[in-house]
Amino acid sequence: MNQPLMSDKAVCCTAKEADAMHTRKHRRWSDLIIGNGLRAGTYFIVVVIGYILLDILIKGLPAISWSFLTEAPRKGGVEGGIWPAIVGTFYLVFGTIAAALPVGMATAIYLSEYAKQGPFTRAIRVGISTLAGVPSIVFGLFGLGLFVLFFRFGASILAGSLTLACMVLPTIIVAAEEALRAVPQTLREASLALGAGKWYTIRTNVLPYALSGMVTGSILGIGRAAGETAPILLTAAAFFLPKLPSSVFDPVMALPYHLYVLATQHPAADKVQPMQYGTALVLIVLVLGVNLGAIFLRIRFRKRYKW
Amino acid sequence: MVAHSAAADTALETKVLARNVNFYYGRVQALFDIGLNIPARQVTALIGPSGCGKSTFLRTLNRMNDIIDGTRLEGEIRLDGQDIYAPGTDVVALRKRVGMVFQKSNPFPKSIFDNVAYGPRVFGQRDRIRLSDIVEHSLIRAGLWEEVKDRLDHNALDLSGGQQQRLCIARALAVDPEILLMDEPASALDPRSTARIEDLIGELRDEYTIVIVTHNMQQAARVSDFTAFFYEGKLIEFGQTEQMFTKPKYKQTEDYITGRFG
Repeated sequence: MNQPLMSDKAVCCTAKEADAMHTRKHRRWSDLIIGNGLRAGTYFIVVVIGYILLDILIKGLPAISWSFLTEAPRKGGVEGGIWPAIVGTFYLVFGTIAAALPVGMATAIYLSEYAKQGPFTRAIRVGISTLAGVPSIVFGLFGLGLFVLFFRFGASILAGSLTLACMVLPTIIVAAEEALRAVPQTLREASLALGAGKWYTIRTNVLPYALSGMVTGSILGIGRAAGETAPILLTAAAFFLPKLPSSVFDPVMALPYHLYVLATQHPAADKVQPMQYGTALVLIVLVLGVNLGAIFLRIRFRKRYKW
Repeated sequence: MVAHSAAADTALETKVLARNVNFYYGRVQALFDIGLNIPARQVTALIGPSGCGKSTFLRTLNRMNDIIDGTRLEGEIRLDGQDIYAPGTDVVALRKRVGMVFQKSNPFPKSIFDNVAYGPRVFGQRDRIRLSDIVEHSLIRAGLWEEVKDRLDHNALDLSGGQQQRLCIARALAVDPEILLMDEPASALDPRSTARIEDLIGELRDEYTIVIVTHNMQQAARVSDFTAFFYEGKLIEFGQTEQMFTKPKYKQTEDYITGRFG
């Protein structure tokens, strides 16, 4: 009695199975293509980065020596070292940190903890992300107009640091706000419910857990500033200075600008090629070092807070 | 709706009085004309299906809704006769008197000691010996002391879920509140930990006015003296728990507590 029904069912199942196998086969092909395509894209990036690093390493390493790192350039950069440029870059980076970190953190705390979420804060956020997309040369011109000329700082560490600070502010604000938002809302509520004020709550129960993320995110942004040429081109950098700057109102040499001049503006481009690569290598190691430092900091702190 | 006044019926002192309370999240009205007297040193359970406004009402009692942008309250809520929404009300002082325990235990990622001492420190207590006393006393009252007395310096997040929730109760008790608000305090806990929390409520009921939101009918019946049934932002029925669970006045209440909807 059941016989016809059963066979009917069986047919239906095999048909379905065949269908399913067909789609599976189809899916396997598309998976293969897409998977490998994505993999190829990733490898391509690795190869490009690897080539750049290797090229700079091979050509730059011979130029590196103790005197290259510790002496001032001589004969228009053909001989000597890049010490003033290293020092100048450090000055600019520290100036940028000093200017951008407090303002960026304050903005992030305000936006995340205090500001009412509405059209006004939305406009501020749009402004911040727009700022992140502004080309760095525009920041350079802005710095030239505002800090160098209007405030009469001249081409100086101060003007350059402030210009770089404007450039990295969006990165810092976004990173810091993200870190603040990662702190569970329930902690804020628990603290407020115990009668703690808003600032007390932020100080004791938000900032301690967000600080590592805020700082590491900021360092990554500032690492980018260390390698920028355009913003300091018009506001801080000098090609050749025999002595180190003595105040924040002095111009400085800086690695990226030094590299730029050696590569494009120098009359004896062939002769300074080893210097170029040496400078590039030092700059890359410096920026990489900053980024690695930030990453280590993040790993260390992340282990301490878990929820 | 006529204000429910169970306290008057039973000649109990009223701790919190709510009159004509309307509450809005932006344009969405979440509470409609709530009127209710919460009796002192009794356990009052707020029950009702999800989204009925019981948690919202609970959070109006210590003004925790203030921290959400765009919320608005109409009507009055009086604590010992004082309007807690009157202009110039000290919210910090209010929250010291009205402690809160949340649905999901939320200890600070600090030591057990620092968790309990947090509230007293907010109010300026710096004396180490005094703080130790408060911490010990609060942990004893929360029934956690024996389990943690040898590791007060351990991180609170190393405790089990049930222990964390009792720590949160100890933390709330440490500022010596008069009222304890509990927002589904056992909903994320296993039955054994839930039983411990319920026992604890039983031990605290003589000293504190407790208001507890719960989804669990049996829990409401077990722990509370009074029950308020909320539905779609309205207070449907309020009365003595025993009466409500045996002879509810309204069909909706009966349907809900017998599990016909919710």
